[in-house]
Amino acid sequence: MATLLQQLINGLVLGGLIALIALGYTMVYGIIQLINFAHGEVFMVGGFASLATYSYFIPESWRSDWWVALPLMALGGALVAVILAVIMERFAYRPLRNAPRLAPLITALGVSVVLKEAVRLFYPGATAPVPFPRVFVDEQYTFEIFDGTITIGSTAILMIAVSVIGAVVLQTYITKSRMGRAMRATAQDPDTARLMGVNPNRTIVLTFVIGAALAGIAGVLYGIQITNVDTEVGFLYGIFAFTAAVLGGVGSIKGAVIGGFAIGLIKSLAGQYFPGGTQYDLVWIFVLLIVVLVFRPQGLFGEPERVRA
Amino acid sequence: MTALLEVENLSVAYGAIEAVRDVSFSVEEGQIVSLIGSNGAGKTTTLRTVSGLLRPKAGDIRFDGKSIANADAHEILERGVAHCPEGRRLFGRMTVEENLHLGAYVRKDAGVAKDMARVYELFPVLGQRRQQKAGLFSGGEQQMLAIGRAMMAKPRLLMLDEPSMGLSPIMTQRIFDTIKELQSQGTTILLVEQNALAALAQSDRGYVVDLGRTTLEGPGHDLLADPRVRAAYLGED
Repeated sequence: MATLLQQLINGLVLGGLIALIALGYTMVYGIIQLINFAHGEVFMVGGFASLATYSYFIPESWRSDWWVALPLMALGGALVAVILAVIMERFAYRPLRNAPRLAPLITALGVSVVLKEAVRLFYPGATAPVPFPRVFVDEQYTFEIFDGTITIGSTAILMIAVSVIGAVVLQTYITKSRMGRAMRATAQDPDTARLMGVNPNRTIVLTFVIGAALAGIAGVLYGIQITNVDTEVGFLYGIFAFTAAVLGGVGSIKGAVIGGFAIGLIKSLAGQYFPGGTQYDLVWIFVLLIVVLVFRPQGLFGEPERVRA
Repeated sequence: MTALLEVENLSVAYGAIEAVRDVSFSVEEGQIVSLIGSNGAGKTTTLRTVSGLLRPKAGDIRFDGKSIANADAHEILERGVAHCPEGRRLFGRMTVEENLHLGAYVRKDAGVAKDMARVYELFPVLGQRRQQKAGLFSGGEQQMLAIGRAMMAKPRLLMLDEPSMGLSPIMTQRIFDTIKELQSQGTTILLVEQNALAALAQSDRGYVVDLGRTTLEGPGHDLLADPRVRAAYLGED
């Protein structure tokens, strides 16, 4: 029982991280039908940028106060991620907006390789995992229950809280605000959105910016939770997040969040209980994906493409 | 006095195919002007070019004396030209109210709520179902919403592409009554219609578009009486 609860908690923590990244995939796909494979690297760059903010910009006397250091690092990580995404959109994707769908997809893969190699080559020491400072309160809370103990760390609580709050704020913004309406209109029918006076370029850039900011914040959270950053994590978590977005239904905010948590839970539960343990936990993620797509090709919350209007 | 909208020797191409070769017409402030013609004549392409969705290959488009031939769609709307596109093109997954809000997207004045109330007054069925998704509505109701949405921009010139398409005769009559009412409130109307009879009967001026060219023009009633128009578009010998 305690083991099960512990694995559920671990799953939620991982799931929260995946969900934050998956939001960027799903929003960009929703508006320009591009699977931005470089988005995982944006998350990774966010992690490195927040580390750089800590190492090079935050004076030593501020570092021990987490309520000063952590927001500054999140800001640094998100800012660099956003700048990167804006450049990416402007110079890699926008010129290909009317090209066949394969062209921007291959470009995204190329951008992803470039980003990963650039960080590996130019960030000091990034050829191996780089230690990440424990800036946040580093507590482990232990609870005695039934037949054992469960442990949850302060960073784990922060991770779950930020991902849930982030998703709720985003969903509210998309459904209630003027710009949110413009984004949904552009996603549904770009030409008609233009007839309403929506500037498509501005709307698309905003979508990239929001996704990148969330990925940048995910980068910091990853750093304080895992206590290192590595150029490899962009690809791995990119794949997790992409799978979460597809599972939940690309284009759906709710779907990305539920997909993220589903993947986190499957991975930690399968690692504990399924044959093969953690060696095969990734297999079960994709088994779940295949099963869902067989019965619901549009994903759990995706909208099938036949709405009258 | 210059006209509100002047289109001069317009030509528009999709790749190598010229859909509009030589279209010229003008719309005076306060008038209803119709472009009529058969399927594929270039009427819709002309409207899509005026509203900035397509770029002209040659010719000029002037609104209120200034060229808008190379402006972006959102700039053209901001200057006062709204386009209610063919096939209604509502945002089907959004509610009636959200569609109307999008119609007013470029407006920053405080009158949006009042104008929304006016749309609901004009089309009570929309008011009763304002929280429902637009995709669930019937063709006629969708057309009302499409017109209401275009009105929300408070345009000086409202362009309507086939507003009567697929509608029952009663609904068509209601749509044309609404167009008349909008005109009486000061909106200039540019109408594209295959229903030439109904369109010309309401219009101050009409133009016949044939194979990408404006071939005939005149006051609506004159065109209605013109034997060439009657032969080609009203099914008479």
